[in-house]
Amino acid sequence: MLQYIIKRILLVIPVVILISFVVFYIIQLPPGDYVSSYSAKMSAAGDVMTQAEMDEMRANLGLDRPVYEQYFVWMKKIILHGDFGFSFNFNKPVIDVVGQYMGLTIVVSLVTMLFQYAVAIPIGIYTAVKQYSAGDYFFSGLSFIGMATPNFLLAIILMYLSYTWFGDPLLGLFSNEYVNAPWSMEKVFDLMKHLIIPVIVIGLSSTADLVRIMRGQMLDELNKPNVVTARAKGLSEWSILWKYPTRAALNPIVSTLGWSLSSIFTGATITAIVLNLPIQGPVMYNALLGQDMYLAGSWLLFMALLTVVGTLISDILLAWLDPKIRTEFRGN
Amino acid sequence: MTTQAARTEQPLLSVQDLKIQIQMDNGVMHAVDGVDFDIYKGKTLGLVGESGCGKSLTSRSIISINPKECETTGNIVYHSESEKALNNLNLLSLPPTGKKIRSIRGRKIAMIFQEPMTAFSPMYTIGNQIMEAILIHRTKDKKEAKKIALEMLAKVGISDQEKRFDQYPHEFSGGMRQRAMISMALSCNPELLIADEPTTALDVTIQAQVLELMRELQKELGMAILLVTHDLGIIAQMCDEVAVMYLGKIVEQAPVKEIFYNPKHPYTKGLLKSMPRLGGTKSKRLDSIEGSVPMPIDMPPMCGFYERCKDRIEGVCNTKAVPKTYISDQHSVRCFLYSDQLEGEAQ
Repeated sequence: MLQYIIKRILLVIPVVILISFVVFYIIQLPPGDYVSSYSAKMSAAGDVMTQAEMDEMRANLGLDRPVYEQYFVWMKKIILHGDFGFSFNFNKPVIDVVGQYMGLTIVVSLVTMLFQYAVAIPIGIYTAVKQYSAGDYFFSGLSFIGMATPNFLLAIILMYLSYTWFGDPLLGLFSNEYVNAPWSMEKVFDLMKHLIIPVIVIGLSSTADLVRIMRGQMLDELNKPNVVTARAKGLSEWSILWKYPTRAALNPIVSTLGWSLSSIFTGATITAIVLNLPIQGPVMYNALLGQDMYLAGSWLLFMALLTVVGTLISDILLAWLDPKIRTEFRGN
Repeated sequence: MTTQAARTEQPLLSVQDLKIQIQMDNGVMHAVDGVDFDIYKGKTLGLVGESGCGKSLTSRSIISINPKECETTGNIVYHSESEKALNNLNLLSLPPTGKKIRSIRGRKIAMIFQEPMTAFSPMYTIGNQIMEAILIHRTKDKKEAKKIALEMLAKVGISDQEKRFDQYPHEFSGGMRQRAMISMALSCNPELLIADEPTTALDVTIQAQVLELMRELQKELGMAILLVTHDLGIIAQMCDEVAVMYLGKIVEQAPVKEIFYNPKHPYTKGLLKSMPRLGGTKSKRLDSIEGSVPMPIDMPPMCGFYERCKDRIEGVCNTKAVPKTYISDQHSVRCFLYSDQLEGEAQ
């Protein structure tokens, strides 16, 4: 088992290096660079930059060198100094910008994931056990609607409802008085309150997906002979349900855990803009628009890393959950 | 009709007028339609018939583990000698998920299944799954349960039990799995073992071993066996009494020798003819029963075997339900050829 984990971790390294290069290359692809978009902004403000000024700025930022050279410089700094470069937009090191948004992004993503599993798994089990009952139809209908509703629309609807019912659209993640306040119990409560809408909006469609997956898996498992065997042994229906079908149905869910983490990260951009959430989606969006290449590149790199790590985690979990894979290691 | 007078002993389990109906899109399917039989202590009753005749449903209804679409009526009366509370108890009257029937399942009446690969869950060790029944019915102590489980594994001829105990079903061979299955079923010393096609998924040499094992354990533990199979060879080897099922009904029931040497029902005769025999003339093709089994949906009162029967009497066999006729005390048949009702009605 340990050997397997080490092997998987070693495999991650070339994958990440490859991804980092592709990311960097793609960000360079669109015509123009930060300097040209900056000068466009300046000229819109009435201040015209000369070609010499632009060249000087490029030289200062290292943008006049070939792509691979820029890449190596960037990578060298990351590996040797943990320096991810400089964000032109924010005018501070990328690492600071990332640090500013990463915490809340992770909070929102993890809470959303917890919400998804906590809601979807019990509903999936229920709809499978009570197949074709009124409850099954209700939740199945609801999950189809959930899958089909665009989340920015839902965000607007929920904001409207929250405004008409509570007099507060619950925009952002904090109320005004807490934005710059130090952490306290009240601030955490405030965050919780503001998390409700984003979590529902971001998590709804994948929750609906998960409900369908869980239901299908459970239906498969509920009809397996091992359930009949368990019943013939005299186990109660509840113990059977937990021990056999549910346990077996969780495997495919676990194996998708890796991707769902990154899809929550990336899928929330529009929602985050609509809800004015201080998380990475809008930051990333602006970085791409403004050709803020080091910031965009670092974010993409982080996300790629998260996906890879997520996949790694779900692979390890699956190996640990599935006796067939596990015993293979024991045999070696 | 006449009664089975010869047996004075009380049966361990008595199935009376068992009917199982399933609501289908195109009508009600009478999957099991008025089945009666008795199982006696220490004896083996064989339930034989082709696929879909209702033999598995019948055997599973004894411990109420059929799918909930099955509507079951009739009586299944259990007579336990060892436990007063379970004496003369109609198992069908118990709620199928209730405590009482669960206390009988696995402890008094245990069951083994056809496919030991899928009957075990791939997620847990064999030991875990064997211990489960012991932990429910015999002891709460895990150490003791493990000890019992290891003893049972040894009893069914699995060597190196300590290691085997912690292995998963996929690490067992087919025969080993069925042995483990038997040890699981017998771990609580049941009074009745229901074996639903226990050797169908195994190859012939393993099949013989498993049957031999079942017979030995029956002798040792004194339990009754209800053996469900489509294989007359197994019936000949294992059973004391045989019930032949066709289309949800028992068409003939007799001690095993009677069935093989003095079959009455045309279906039983057909089954016996379609069985390969050692020493038979080689060039002759095996007989088969012509036609196929009809679906028992909205059938008029008639003999279900009518369409395929060589000896059918038109105007009789296809117009009314066939009553049970006793050839002798222990030999009954459902066929108008042997019914005295014919002459009775002709008068």
